[in-house]
Amino acid sequence: MNVTIVDYKSGNISSVINSFKEVAKDKVTIEVTSDLNKIKSSDKVVLPGQGSFKSCVDALNKIKGLTDTLNEFAINYKKPLLGICVGLQMFADVGYEETETKGLGWISGKVSKIDNQKGKYKLPHIGWNQINIVKNSKIFKDIENNSHMYFVHSYEFVPNDKKVIAATTDYSSNIVCSVEKENIFGTQFHPEKSDRIGLKIIDNFINL
Amino acid sequence: MLKNRIIPCLDVKNGRVVKGINFVDLKDAGDPVEQAKIYSDGGADEICFLDITASNENRNTIYDVVEKTSKKCFVPLTVGGGVRSVEDINKLLNCGADKVSINTAAVENSKVVLDSSKKFGSQCIVVAIDAKKNGDKWEVFTHGGRNNSGIDALEYAEQMEKNGAGELLVTSMDRDGTQVGYDIDLMSKISSKVNIPVIASGGVGNLDHLVDGIKLGKASAVLAASIFHYGKHSVKEAKDYLDLKGIPVRI
Repeated sequence: MNVTIVDYKSGNISSVINSFKEVAKDKVTIEVTSDLNKIKSSDKVVLPGQGSFKSCVDALNKIKGLTDTLNEFAINYKKPLLGICVGLQMFADVGYEETETKGLGWISGKVSKIDNQKGKYKLPHIGWNQINIVKNSKIFKDIENNSHMYFVHSYEFVPNDKKVIAATTDYSSNIVCSVEKENIFGTQFHPEKSDRIGLKIIDNFINL
Repeated sequence: MLKNRIIPCLDVKNGRVVKGINFVDLKDAGDPVEQAKIYSDGGADEICFLDITASNENRNTIYDVVEKTSKKCFVPLTVGGGVRSVEDINKLLNCGADKVSINTAAVENSKVVLDSSKKFGSQCIVVAIDAKKNGDKWEVFTHGGRNNSGIDALEYAEQMEKNGAGELLVTSMDRDGTQVGYDIDLMSKISSKVNIPVIASGGVGNLDHLVDGIKLGKASAVLAASIFHYGKHSVKEAKDYLDLKGIPVRI
């Protein structure tokens, strides 16, 4: 089996690569590429994302044919895809960071700034927070409810259909921190930086 | 609920730890990778490396250290010391650092913070402020505390937030190395002034100081070096103590 981490030249993905390689050991091949053919032929895809919603979408669009290839992979062929942080946010129809930007539109909804109650809460939401698992998502196999995960973000994904929500976390409000829609998975937190428990989520995804 | 973070900091010089953990079972007491692993296994919420390498020819040693550490530690890794440019930041991030802290360069050229936060995102840009009290205000020092910029630390903190810093690492130079506790006044004033998280640093001598940094200093995270060295306290002890005092921590 091979898992492809999409390298679309946006932000720092070395931690994602390191964690997947650590979990995969020699059993699974981890590819890091933006090569369309390699993405097409892989069994699973990881879509990381750091920086702003706009900068990530722009970077995706810069690579000719990449969004089409991802669409084909996730929507037409329904192969497993995991979005991390802004990678998850891009599933939305639209994001409002910097300026209004169209997302991939895979899970209907929007990405807007966390309401920090007029400065009562600090932003970014940085650090370890507990996740409240609301759906028996496959990536949460053997993950205890209220486990701590590492977060760093100022924007949140607000899906229209609440049934896609797999987990939430409590900050200034109840924030969606994981979604699952058929073959599409996403975490707002960083499993690659969430210690052993985060690696377990990566392991679950690899073993889907 | 978001937890307060405990961040052990290791000073690294020429690729070796200065003042490290003095554990008997360590194979190599000077190896930053091995020490970082002990901290992360012990529940550290983040690891911080401060590169204090003086000579330019040895500057590349930190990249090797970061690269090896990031393959073994799966908690956030912050690296600072001698970061001069967007290119330096790029190199550290590519080696596996999750955040980079910028000190002197941010004072000398605020564009570094603007440009890097735009390029890599605010989440990985930490501005380190070394502040020293002068009368009723604090001034920002650079070059490892050798030069006084004369800049007011509170105004500077606000400016850095505007420029795109994701966090501020505030060190009281009056307290650093004294083990008498954080400069609570400085921490709480800066924390109230900005809307980004503040990491308190400088002066921790016991576990109560960590409690004070969070409760009184309003810091989101507490950084400490020497109390974790020489086995004085483990990260776990620190967390248990904070928990006992009603501070939310990840246990």
